[in-house]
Amino acid sequence: MSERLLDIQNLSVTFGGLNALSDLDFHVDKGEIVSVIGPNGAGKTTFFNMISGMVTPTSGDILFKGESLLGLDPNQVTARGIARTFQNVRLFANMTILENVMVSQHCRTKQGIMGALFQTGGFKREEQEIREHGEKVLGFFGSRLVGYRLNQPASVLSYANRRRLEIARAMATKPEVILLDEPVAGMNPKESEELTGLIGKLRDEWGFTIVMIEHDMGVVRDVSDRVVVLDHGETIAQGSYDEVSSNPAVIEAYLGRPAEEAS
Amino acid sequence: MSGTMNTDEAIVLAPARGAFDQDWRKLVNWGLICALALIFVSLTDMPDKLDKRVIVEPLLSMGYLSLIWIPIALGNLVTREVVLEGMTQHKKGLRELVAGVSVGAIGGAGLALLIWLLDTRDLSDPLVNWNDALLEVLSFGEGVGYGAIFWILASAGLGLVGGALHLLPTIANRLLFAISLTIVLTASLESALDDISEGFRLEWLFEALFEKKGGLSVQGAIILAVFAIAWVLVLGGQAKRGRAAVAARRELSPMKVNTVGLALIAVAAVVLPMFLGRLTNDLLTNVGLFLLLALGLNIVVGLAGILDLGYVAFFAVGGYTAAIMTSPSSPGLSPELPWWVAIFVVVFMAIVAGLFIGAPVIRMRGDYLAIVTLGFGEIIRLTVRSDWASGFTGGAQGILSIPGADIVGVATVQGTDPQQVLYLVIGFVAIAIYVSWRLENSRIGRAWMAVREDESVAEAMGINTVNSKLQAFVVGAILASFSGAIFAAKVGSVFESSFKILVSIVILVIVIVGGMGRIAGVAAGALVLVGILGGPNQPGLLAEFSEFKLLIYGALLIWMMLKRPEGLIPNVRRSRELHQEEFLQDAWLKAQANDDDDEAASGEVAPA
Repeated sequence: MSERLLDIQNLSVTFGGLNALSDLDFHVDKGEIVSVIGPNGAGKTTFFNMISGMVTPTSGDILFKGESLLGLDPNQVTARGIARTFQNVRLFANMTILENVMVSQHCRTKQGIMGALFQTGGFKREEQEIREHGEKVLGFFGSRLVGYRLNQPASVLSYANRRRLEIARAMATKPEVILLDEPVAGMNPKESEELTGLIGKLRDEWGFTIVMIEHDMGVVRDVSDRVVVLDHGETIAQGSYDEVSSNPAVIEAYLGRPAEEAS
Repeated sequence: MSGTMNTDEAIVLAPARGAFDQDWRKLVNWGLICALALIFVSLTDMPDKLDKRVIVEPLLSMGYLSLIWIPIALGNLVTREVVLEGMTQHKKGLRELVAGVSVGAIGGAGLALLIWLLDTRDLSDPLVNWNDALLEVLSFGEGVGYGAIFWILASAGLGLVGGALHLLPTIANRLLFAISLTIVLTASLESALDDISEGFRLEWLFEALFEKKGGLSVQGAIILAVFAIAWVLVLGGQAKRGRAAVAARRELSPMKVNTVGLALIAVAAVVLPMFLGRLTNDLLTNVGLFLLLALGLNIVVGLAGILDLGYVAFFAVGGYTAAIMTSPSSPGLSPELPWWVAIFVVVFMAIVAGLFIGAPVIRMRGDYLAIVTLGFGEIIRLTVRSDWASGFTGGAQGILSIPGADIVGVATVQGTDPQQVLYLVIGFVAIAIYVSWRLENSRIGRAWMAVREDESVAEAMGINTVNSKLQAFVVGAILASFSGAIFAAKVGSVFESSFKILVSIVILVIVIVGGMGRIAGVAAGALVLVGILGGPNQPGLLAEFSEFKLLIYGALLIWMMLKRPEGLIPNVRRSRELHQEEFLQDAWLKAQANDDDDEAASGEVAPA
């Protein structure tokens, strides 16, 4: 039995009477890739927002390595070791690509105003480390984000590269768990196939545990160890991709009720 | 950008349109704008008040200049066309002249109407400048009929000149622009040039250019015109090559170029005050004080994105703390510390004030934050004036007889010696520039930028946004308090009326006009606004304009927001932010052009 990293217990949230998520109950073990799927409005992103501290759950608990994350600010959650990307890519568009991955190491570094003013040895060393780690995570995506690109603003990147930079920015926070919100949305088939491979590498080579929201079933099938299916805030199925994909409730959620039953 | 320029040149000009092939509705609109502008400027009383100020004796005074530029500018702008790709560009011809004349004539008719009304009606109740003096100036003392006809003809003629500028080749336009700018600028800066020429022992040059009773002489104007022509023709090319050379070297060794530039500035900062006269030194001291404030606000607004409209509060804290600590006549507490000891107390108080105001305010965002800081700015001033605090601060009487600043007991800077104060200010400005530069390129600075870009994402990326913003607030507060402490020592007294809301606004305008987020931009803003126009209570180079200062501030701010929102010397990032759309459009066009290139097809901008 591997280490239980993330434990979601009876998690519910209501927005003014609407049950955005009710009684979500599942766990993520260290080194797993878990996909969360479901139709639009199923509560997937709300779920991510709750883990990362941006939305407070109405009831239930989120345990990370046995400790509750409830009541922590988003930056404290990130400091504990959970990083995320955003569905509608939210880079620091006017900062350079390198700065984007440097700034996200903020909670792993500690030099303050005095270090910067007096250019202490500790400050210079830390700047060097931040820069090196930044270039290392950017290098994960091949040559796309490095070289002359390092000092270009993030706003010049293509859509696919912005998604890649978002993942790099999450990697730079030195997390244990990365929450990927639709990582391949808007990519062409070739690009999403490549990213699927990289998600596997994120776990195998970098040792990250991954929770992913994804609509592209090909990607979900290829990388997921387990799949959780949400619909209207309810968990309707959990298990391997094959189990879930043949589950009638899941098919119904995606395709609707068969005609003879509906009548 | 360069892509579209090239295509411009390739366009074959279509033949000129007929002289009366006009968009008449547009002409009438512009003519009415011209008329309104002329009437407005007249009613601000600029023509009358500035009539004494001569530009070229006896041809032109600044009062008339305030009117005549309007028909020229509008007559020129009415036919200016933005040519985009795919549009037909016509040759310029008679049509432009007709348009210019029409706009000018309608404008002149507006002014003629005003002259007639001035003569027949009395509207001096709401319009304070509605008086005979204005009528006298506008009609040249020759009667209403003369004035009205003169202005219609003159304005039409000036509009014609504006339109004709389209027909001249670019180089002629540039020459004309350079000549008028040189003459107007030299004449406006007369008093400062007088002061400077004494310091440099160049009185002979000054006397050659200017008349004894003020204003350029005709021969002086001609000398300047020749100088301007020579500058454009000979040095213009040189300067361009020089800039290119500097840019090329910057590519190779950026450190070296910067070091040379810095060394030059440092030498100038040390040597220049020795040669400048009292007036100029005093002026530069004011510029420096506001530059110090603006650099502080630049960290708060430009880097961390906290729109602080009550920044004057920290200026007041610095000024009052220094006053209480050093002045023997401070009413309550009076430790009479030397200034250099007091500055440590000042820093401490600035930190306390920064945390005290910042802690509740910083949790708010955007507009709410701006309004609350606006309130705090006034609260500090009113507290200082209140009965409750007047035991320490002297209330409305203020604190007097503040001794000058002494520097670690080595030297004493007297407020009565502007040159010494200037050195003190330069020292602190240097500190402020160093602090801004180092912090911007550090972990803290990057966190500030991230907070400015997107606060929620910054927080999700592990940045404690409250702490970061509070740090920015406190650093800004300390820089402002330095300025306040020097201000107290320079003036020798502090009154709450020196710390009104207008100071906050002027500092913010300096930062915006200069270029938010960039040190050189802020310096340019301080020089232009405080140096030339004057600070809220300080005269600038154009002392005559002090009455119209706020009007010009406002006009400048509106124009900047429309045409150059990134400021005079923009921060690269900032201008990107503000021109995002154009930028993306350019990128898209480029990508379309290189469609077969795989990389470009995905919408990326190819490396330059």
